[in-house]
Amino acid sequence: MIEKIICCGFGGQGIMVMGKFLSNLAIEADKFTTYLPAYGAEVRGGTAHCMVIISDEEICAPFVSVADTAIIMNEPSLSKFENRIAPGGLLLLNESLISSLPRRKDIEVLKVPFSDIAVKLGNIRCANTVALGTYLSSKNIAPKEKIDLVMDKMLGGLKQEVIEINRKALREGMKYDKS
Amino acid sequence: MKNEKLNKILITGNEAIAEGAIQAGCRFFAGYPITPQNEIPAYMSKRMPEVGGVFIQSESELAAISMVMGAAATGERAITTSSSPGISLKQEGISYIAGAELPAVIVNIMRAGPGLGNIWPAQSDYFQATKGGGHGDYHNIVLAPSSVQECFDLTLSAFDLADKYRNPVMILGDGMLGQMMEPIQTKGHRPHTKGPRSKNQKPWAVTGCAGRAPNLVASFRMAEGEMEKHNIHLKNKYDEIEEKEQRFEVFYTDEAEIIIVAYGTMARIAKGAVKNLRAKNKKIGLIRPITLWPFPKKAFAQSPRPNTQYLVVEMSNGQMVEDVQLAVGGRCPVEFYGRTGGGIPSEEEITKIIYGKDV
Repeated sequence: MIEKIICCGFGGQGIMVMGKFLSNLAIEADKFTTYLPAYGAEVRGGTAHCMVIISDEEICAPFVSVADTAIIMNEPSLSKFENRIAPGGLLLLNESLISSLPRRKDIEVLKVPFSDIAVKLGNIRCANTVALGTYLSSKNIAPKEKIDLVMDKMLGGLKQEVIEINRKALREGMKYDKS
Repeated sequence: MKNEKLNKILITGNEAIAEGAIQAGCRFFAGYPITPQNEIPAYMSKRMPEVGGVFIQSESELAAISMVMGAAATGERAITTSSSPGISLKQEGISYIAGAELPAVIVNIMRAGPGLGNIWPAQSDYFQATKGGGHGDYHNIVLAPSSVQECFDLTLSAFDLADKYRNPVMILGDGMLGQMMEPIQTKGHRPHTKGPRSKNQKPWAVTGCAGRAPNLVASFRMAEGEMEKHNIHLKNKYDEIEEKEQRFEVFYTDEAEIIIVAYGTMARIAKGAVKNLRAKNKKIGLIRPITLWPFPKKAFAQSPRPNTQYLVVEMSNGQMVEDVQLAVGGRCPVEFYGRTGGGIPSEEEITKIIYGKDV
């Protein structure tokens, strides 16, 4: 198994955290993994993206030129990354912030209002966790208990209400999957 | 195949170098910020106080390398880190450290150049790292990690080699390796070579001369014939290092018609291409130099076939290719492919260069 993921959105949406979560989950699942952030002249509100690979075998190039899955959290990222999804690949689209439709017809598209769900839960900043929930229910990366374990580890030390809302966000996201 | 978890932590290449230094017993860091290596000083600023070490964000790169020289002279394990333009500024100090025979570790997480260039990954400082960089007849030992685990492991080795040979050791990575994260193990690792690790094991160190003759650490040798004598001494040391410390990895080189030669980030991309092509029965392999100086000539002493072709792939316009040509000695053809300025050859690109098409 090899899964190549691109997470993208704007700075502040927790894009890098999504990538790190997936890599940490891969470790728990005894998989090989690489995480490569876009770094450099990034600014708050500008575009942000990272590339994650999860594999049963040692990973060579950490760069994802063609992704099996793209999680796209804002409008400018759609035009930038739509073409980097493999034919038959999966596109998770943050419907709350993206009004245009993907041009690609050869990929599977799952539109979910990640940001709206997060707002309803009480904090727009957990939209990334909602998206992770949807992704993890769509792809069999690791069992539920490992997902919870990584969530607890990564949120460790934060305020109880932040931990709670992220747990809820993950469960809400999981209600959506590609079926 | 499973990749057992075994207490692995997810960490960037930069952080792995920093943690490696801490675990090697390094207690002195001085540096000036520059992308793409800022995670090293950031990590050090947190970790050094925890272990009772010194973290200094210096006023300049020259100050940082000079502080490292001073700390090394007292027998402390000391490190400075930077990226290409900053490493240029440190060359004066590196030459002095080599001249004074001090152990120090210098990290260059390369970005594109010349000049201020940009912040994207490159391998265009190979000449600077391996052929001198500073003035005078000297060599850095140069180590090129290719994974985050190796960033950690080779930093341990770097300090041991620096102490063993009383010589500057440079870790040469690039922006991609510095920024990427991989799970690594940081426990249970032991340094590769034996050498004096603590101040007490360094009888030459300037530690206060109460009860003994003063030690002198200097690179200034004015007396007639003294400098040449020192140069010959250094040459003998470099010969010993060349004989004993060549390190490399070979991958599928048996019966290979084509051998790719690549180091660092470029090597792991080339390895992907070799894996794919071997699965399609192409007779192709990889030689990955781990020490860039001493260059692993031993890996080229014998070619698998009389007509084996070498393809050197670099993120530069061709620097290591000259060392490969010297090592192969005209016995086999040596070709080159490279990208620069932040461009990185992909697996597909390498395949097309070799076979003229997708295979």
